[in-house]
Formats: sequence, structure tokens, C-alpha cells
Amino acid sequence: MALLEVNDLTVSYPARAGAVPAVRGVDLTLEPGDTLGLAGESGCGKSTMAAAVLRLLPPGTTTTGTVLLEGEDVLTMRPGRLRAVRWTEAAVVFQGAMHALNPVRRVGDQIAEAIQLHDKVGDRQAATRVGELLEQVGLPARRAPSYPHELSGGQRQRVMIAMALACSPRLLIADEPTTALDVMVQAQVLTLLEELGRELGLALLLITHDLSVLASTCERIAVMYAGRIVEEGPAATVFEAPAHPYTRALAEAFPTIGDTASRRNPHGLGGDPPDPRDLPSGCEFHPRCPVSIAVCPTLDAELWPAGEGRRAACVHVRDGHPELVRQVPPMPVGEDFPAHRGVAT
Amino acid sequence: MTQPTIEEPLGGAPQTDLTLPPALPPQLSPRAIARARRRQAAGRAWSEYRRNSIGMVGLAILVLFVAMAVFAPVLVPASKLDVTKATGTPFSPPSAEFPLGTDESGRSVLALTIWGSRVSLLVGFLASVISVVIGSVVGIAAGHFGRWTDSVLMRVTDWFLVIPFLPLAIVLATVLGPSLANIAFVIGITSWPGTARIVRAQALAVTSRPYIERARALGAGDWHLITRHVLPNVVPLIFANTVLIVAVAILSETTLAFLGLGDPLRVSWGSMLDSAFTQGAASIGAWWYLVPPGVAILLVVLAFTMIGQALESVLNPRLRGR
Amino acid sequence: MTATQPAPSDAQPGQGPILEVRDLYVHFGARRGKGPTARAVDGVDLQVQPGEIVALAGESGCGKTSLARAILGLVEPTSGQVLYRGKPIGRGTSALKPYRREVQLVLQDPTGALNPRQSVYESVAEGLRIHGVKGDEETLVADALARSGLRPPRRFFLAYPYELSGGQRQRVVIAGALALEPSMLVADEPVSSLDASVRGEILALLLGLVRDLGLSILVVTHDLGLAWNIADRLAVMYLGRIVEQGPTETVLAAPRHPYTRALLSVVPEVHHLETQILTGEPPDPTRVPGGCRFHPRCPALASGAAAAAGIDDRCRNEAVPILRGVAEHHAACFLTDESVKKESGSRVGR
Repeated sequence: MALLEVNDLTVSYPARAGAVPAVRGVDLTLEPGDTLGLAGESGCGKSTMAAAVLRLLPPGTTTTGTVLLEGEDVLTMRPGRLRAVRWTEAAVVFQGAMHALNPVRRVGDQIAEAIQLHDKVGDRQAATRVGELLEQVGLPARRAPSYPHELSGGQRQRVMIAMALACSPRLLIADEPTTALDVMVQAQVLTLLEELGRELGLALLLITHDLSVLASTCERIAVMYAGRIVEEGPAATVFEAPAHPYTRALAEAFPTIGDTASRRNPHGLGGDPPDPRDLPSGCEFHPRCPVSIAVCPTLDAELWPAGEGRRAACVHVRDGHPELVRQVPPMPVGEDFPAHRGVAT
Repeated sequence: MTQPTIEEPLGGAPQTDLTLPPALPPQLSPRAIARARRRQAAGRAWSEYRRNSIGMVGLAILVLFVAMAVFAPVLVPASKLDVTKATGTPFSPPSAEFPLGTDESGRSVLALTIWGSRVSLLVGFLASVISVVIGSVVGIAAGHFGRWTDSVLMRVTDWFLVIPFLPLAIVLATVLGPSLANIAFVIGITSWPGTARIVRAQALAVTSRPYIERARALGAGDWHLITRHVLPNVVPLIFANTVLIVAVAILSETTLAFLGLGDPLRVSWGSMLDSAFTQGAASIGAWWYLVPPGVAILLVVLAFTMIGQALESVLNPRLRGR
Repeated sequence: MTATQPAPSDAQPGQGPILEVRDLYVHFGARRGKGPTARAVDGVDLQVQPGEIVALAGESGCGKTSLARAILGLVEPTSGQVLYRGKPIGRGTSALKPYRREVQLVLQDPTGALNPRQSVYESVAEGLRIHGVKGDEETLVADALARSGLRPPRRFFLAYPYELSGGQRQRVVIAGALALEPSMLVADEPVSSLDASVRGEILALLLGLVRDLGLSILVVTHDLGLAWNIADRLAVMYLGRIVEQGPTETVLAAPRHPYTRALLSVVPEVHHLETQILTGEPPDPTRVPGGCRFHPRCPALASGAAAAAGIDDRCRNEAVPILRGVAEHHAACFLTDESVKKESGSRVGR
């Protein structure tokens, strides 16, 4: 039985002019011990998805579909069961987690709080467990009585991870765990997540906009755009030979150092990630797509098979020409860039 | 430039799919349009305010009292206040001729209340203006310049904050003499610290924002920064705060008048209460002398509080920024 | 437009750098002299040639932001000089005003950098108004917006920042800087708060400005990939000093300083170096180690390579001299840089 199975998940936020769909029909599966990377930029719905898994969305949101955590649907659980499940089966490390620590309480107490909410253990037992958790994330146990402001950004992030592990969940969802951290600290945190995954048999759902990070940390990658998954597959192949033009743009956004093709030649897309309130018709990516064809604005894009264990929602994949996505030379964002708004001089 | 004219978008789709306002009509300058836009924004704030029922009630009450104060000479001839021309029996209860009864000299309490509003409201507004101006200048200077200026100004503020209002007011009123302007001055001088602190906090927040640094990098001097950036962001706060200060000022005037420090020649609600007590209205049971000024003060202060609360809810999203 | 830009040819001989920083120190004292001083910039020499893009890279706490602000006159240096076209910049708002027309700032967060109550027009016109620039204001604003890629510019005059996307806001900030027709831009993390797919167009814009307008740019960033994308020269900072500088290709292909090597090795997709994750946090500028300031975290020292070369004693006790000169690729390391090895520094760390 899959650890996490998301079927046709749709999440809409209420707004005066009508519901705004943040997630539009997403399917995901995670087996125990899997590492899945979810890539996408602002507005693509990835954070909403992360919150939806534990039903942590703000009141007023409409959710349809099913989220099966160890076979039980989170979306229809009774509140009591939901509270029991939260943190013990799956835990989330949120974006900006470093600011989620209560500044007037010691970090040890905050981690203990997570433990004691679920297991009725005494303070001493909780303190021992806190010490273990801190060691596990690479912090000395004697830092437990520190206040958050006494710790650095990277250390606070580790505390957040320790808190997430407090009840020994089987699934850890990390939403942008390394943004706002220095490069070296980022590397430390990512290595930590990888090691934890291996040692504890955790399944890891890592959400970020940096595709190269996912390529080196996760086994599989799924790319989200405008509330839908547009590509998924094994990490290495998705990164090196993307089947969807958006994936390709994301992959090229952070250049490979040493590659002359990107020297003095930044790659990017014209335009901006779409506003969920005003999505383009057909394939939502078509206004920014360098390889769009006439049928794209009316195309109902689905995830078509694109190779061994891979799927991509691009018409070229459907028509059997996935190489078209890669063959068109990368569009340097310049004067000759046709039909795209917000283009540089 | 060798490219095509800058008006034409480079190839393909123009920017029209952006949800932007329509292009400028060529006759109007951007500044004029910007002003028009600001007026639009004010209009939107007003319709937002209208939706707040508490605020509308408060506004209605205030308008009523202000109208009463402004039109007092029309509603009640000034002669009615003349003690020598009083026609009623002293301390007579409300009747057809005197709807609110009479005072110790036989004057209509209604007439006194209507005329009393002039002094109370005038002194209240005047004192608030003094208080807000001093408080804002001190707050902005302290918040924007920081360091030495901040320390010095804040110590001065603390000093004024700590001095008990009433003794200081009594001393100043006694020394300066009981004219309306002096009373307003006394109240203003003693109530600015509250405003100063609030304004300073906001000015500090604004000064540390990146666009201030950008303006400095562009070459802006402090005057430009304060008038173009800090002030516009601080004014909504000052506005909301002023409304509450007026309420406090009116109460302060009432207190001072009640203590006999007001202008003895003018009727105000506070002086009415003072007379009522000194003349023994309470022991006689002449409730009609005490209740009207008390209720009037209550209503006016309540009105200001309601308006202040509604203003906060309208202006708060703006204060937080979008 | 060709796919790759040729490197800009050397400036006219004899013209000298457009911006030069000599022996700069920026120390932030604690309150009233009590407590340790933060040695944000602790001895830096830097040059930017006309028409060049220089990247200043490092982690948080390395002093790159303080250095950029000192260059712009937003922070007063404790000692040292900032020279623009050979002349020292002044101190104080009025003395700096003419300098500020020539050297402009592009900030990290475009949302914060624009006053939310000002329209795009007013934000771009602000610089023009401060300096009392003559000419038709509307045309100047339109020109600046067009040059930063917002076309047709008049459509943007009345927009407010909240109506624009992150990339467009950054373009407005750049337009505001361009309106004054500067000779140089200092860009502090110009793309780090923007979406990944939008990064490219802003970087391409910066390249375009150098190509079309002859601007020089100093980019402060933590992202070595950005340096690879657009920078001609790269200077890596650590704890207030430049530890390595040189042409971007050489520094990134064959880094000489152990810190640069470690930093580069953890960038995903970098395969020509073995991954070295440094332990600990980026250090605190109030507690600068003695000797080589990197020695407590240096993998070369920890692994014994320094001892094998017989210089580990120098690493621990001898201050590494400030890197001077700019043409070659050099690093502030006793182990890997011959010229630095030979220079004798003071016995006690500075």
C-alpha cells in the first residue's frame, strides 16, 4: 500500500470574484522511503498542496479529490483522528519555518510540545527524546535550552526538522527548506535530509523552485505549473533531458557552471508565472512557451507517456516528438524573442 | 536609439493583456492623472468607511453636534445666556417653555448646552491640532533621524509623559490666565507625547524600508525623504490617532472647566457641571442641570471613538501595505 | 543577437578603472564603544573597469553588502578610499549628490524598493526630480522604462507596484536608476527574490545595458551561477576580505582558495570538484580569527595538506596580506598562491 496517494486533488481559495483554483487535479504517489521532488515557482500551487496533505489549509478553501495517507483519506477524517494523524504519520516543515518558532520559548520546550501533544509522556522522557532529536539533526543536545534568537538561520531550520521528526512520522514534507539560507548551510541541510531519509526510512517530499537541488537529492521529480503537474519522472532524466518546455526553462534558469552555452547567456522565459485568477486557455504554459504551436491555446493538456516511468503534458510528447522540446536552441532572452511580453531590450 | 520607436512593443503581443489602467490621454500630464487617482483612492476609502455602521453612527452624532455648535447663534440668540435677562424661575424642572429646565439664574439649560458645545468643541479641536502637530514633528524627527536626535527627543517625551496632567494643567492655567487659547495650549502641551510615540514607531518602520535607501542612493536629502516618503506613510496613522486625541482633549477641557480653570465668561459643558455642583444642584435634585452636559460630553466622545475605530479598520490594510 | 557575447575588450589604455576601492575598512562599533566591533569590511582593494561586470560573491556576514553600501556612500567607511574616476567620493549628502547621478543602486527586493504609494511614473521620476534634471520629464521617464524593457512605457506610467509582477518591479527599479543616465550600477542580489524563470530576463537586461549603454556593473550576490552567467571578473569575499579574485572563467574553473573551492563544490551540478561541505556556520564579523581568517574551517589545514607543505604554522598565526592589483587571478592563501606565500605579514593576526 502506498504511503501517500493523492488522487485528483483540487484546492480553491475563496475570493470575491469567484473561487481561485490553486491546485487543479493533481495525482501523486509516494511509497515508503521514496524521495520525490516537487518543483515549481510562486503561484503554481505547491505550497497549497503541501498544506492540503495534512488538511492545514485556511478555512473557506474548497478541496475535492482524495488524499490517502496509509490508506485513510485525510480530507474526510474526523477531527479527532486527524489530530492524531498529524505529525505522527506525516509532518511538514513549512516555508519560512525559521520564523515559525516562538521567540519567547526555548527551542527544547517547543520540540517537547510536539511530543507531548501526541504521547502522554512525562517531562523527563520528553527531554531525553528532545536531546536525541537534536543530535539526529546535527545539533548538540545542550542547545535545547536556547532561545530561537540565539541560534543561526541554519540551526533554526534544523530545529524545525527536529520538531517535524518528533513523533517519528513516515513522511516528511519540506516546503522550500533551504530558501533564505546560505549556500553552504543549504548543502548541510540537504545532506541532513538525505541522511535522515536513509537512516529512518522516511519518505521525503521536497518542494523547491531550484530544479538542480532536486536533481541531486531526490529519486523522482514532479514539476508543477499553474496548479497542475506538467512533468514527472526519474530525477536525472527529467533534469538532463526534460520532456516539457517549462521543465527545460527551470533547469536552465540556474546555469551549469563551466558550460560555455550559458556563459554571458542567461536563459529564461519571458512573461511571468500565471496568476491563478486569470489562467491562459488551453495549455496554460503556451503564452511563454518557446515551442508552442497553433493548437496549444485550445489543447486540453494531460500527462502523456514520455518514456520509461515518465510523463509530460506537452503536445509534442503526445504526438511522439519529445525531441522537439530539446532540439530548439535555448532562447536567449533578447531582442529577437518573439511574441512574449516583458521582454528585455 | 536605433530601435523602432519605444511606443511599439517588440514583436507580437502588446502589453494589453496586462490588467493595467488604460493609457494616458495625451492632454493630461501624469501628475494630473496621479492626482485624479489619489482622489479615486480617497473615494474608495470613503465607500469602505460607509460600510462600517458604527463609524457612520459616530459620524452622524458628530455632524449633529458640530452643526449645533456652528449654528448656535441661529438656534438660540445670545441674549438667552445673559444672566441679567433670564426669565425663568431658577432651578425649575423641564417644561414646555424650558425643555431642559433652568439653571440657578433662570437661564434655559438647553440654551446653555447648545452654546456650551461651541467652547467644548473649539477648545477640543484647537488643543488636538497643537498636540498632533507637536507630536508628529517630534515623532518623525526622532524616528527618521535616529541616534542622538532620537535619544534626546525621547527623553523629552518621557519627561512630558511622566508629569501628571492635572497638576501641570492647573499650574499653567493659573499662571497663563483662563482664556480659551491658553486652555487649548495647556491641553495640547500635555497630550502630545502619546502621538509622538506612535508616530515615532511608524517613522522608524518606514525609514528602515528599502525604498528609503533607494531614494538616498538616488541622491535624496532628508527633507525629500521625510516629505515624500515618511510623511505619506505616517499620515493615515496620525489621522486615526488625531480622532482619539480630540476626544481626550474635549474631556480635558471639561475637567479643567469643572475645576474652575476655564474661561469664566464663557459657557462650556464643563463650566455647566462646575456651576451645577457649586450651586448644589445635586442636593436639590435638579438633575436637568447635570444630565444634559454630561450626556453631551458622553455622546461626543463616543462619536469620536466610534469614528476612530472605523477609520482604523478602513486604513489598516493600507498601513500594512498590499 | 549572437548566442554568446564576446568578452568586452580592454578599455582604452590609460583610462584607468571607473571605480576603485583602496584599503577600505568598515567597522561597526557596538553601543558607545562597549562590546566588540563588527569588522564588516576589513581591508579591501577592488577595481571595476569601464564596461566591465564584476561579481562580488560570498555568504552572509562576509561584508559584501557593507562594501557595496560604502561604495555608494550610504555607509561611511572607517578608513580607506573609494575613488570614482580617480577622485575620492565626498562625504555627506550634498557632497555625494553629483556622484550619485553617476553611480546608481539596484536593490535586492523590488517589492520593498518601491514605495507602494507611488506610481511607476513617480518612482522613476523621483531621481530626475531630486537632481533637477532639465528636459521633458515624461520623455525621460518613458525612455528609461523602455530601456529596461517595459514597453510600451506609457502603459506603465500609472501602474502601482502591487499591480506588477516581481520581474516588472525589478525593471521599474532599474528604470529609476537608468533615468539618471549613470555610468555605473551597483546591483545587490538583483534576482535572488525573483522567480527562477524570470531570472534570465533580468540578467539579460543587465548584459544588454553594458552592451548598449556602456555601463559598468558591480553585482553583489551569493550565487556563483549568476557570476558565471554575466560577470567578467569575480571576487570572493570571506569575513571582510577578498580571498580570491580574477576572471570568472579561471576562478570558477580552477579555484585557488580553499574557501572558493568548497563554495563552488556544493553548487549542485558542479562536477569538476569534489564536494566539500564546510562544517559550522558562516562566521561572525565580531570574532575574526587570528592568522588566516579562514583557518578554523579550512579543509586544507584540517586534512593535513597545509602541514605537508610546511605552512600550517603560518596559517594559524600569520595574517594573509590584502590582495592588491587586479589583472591576474590570485588568492589570499599561503598554500596555493605563490605570490602571497612569499609576502611576509605581521606575526599577529590583524
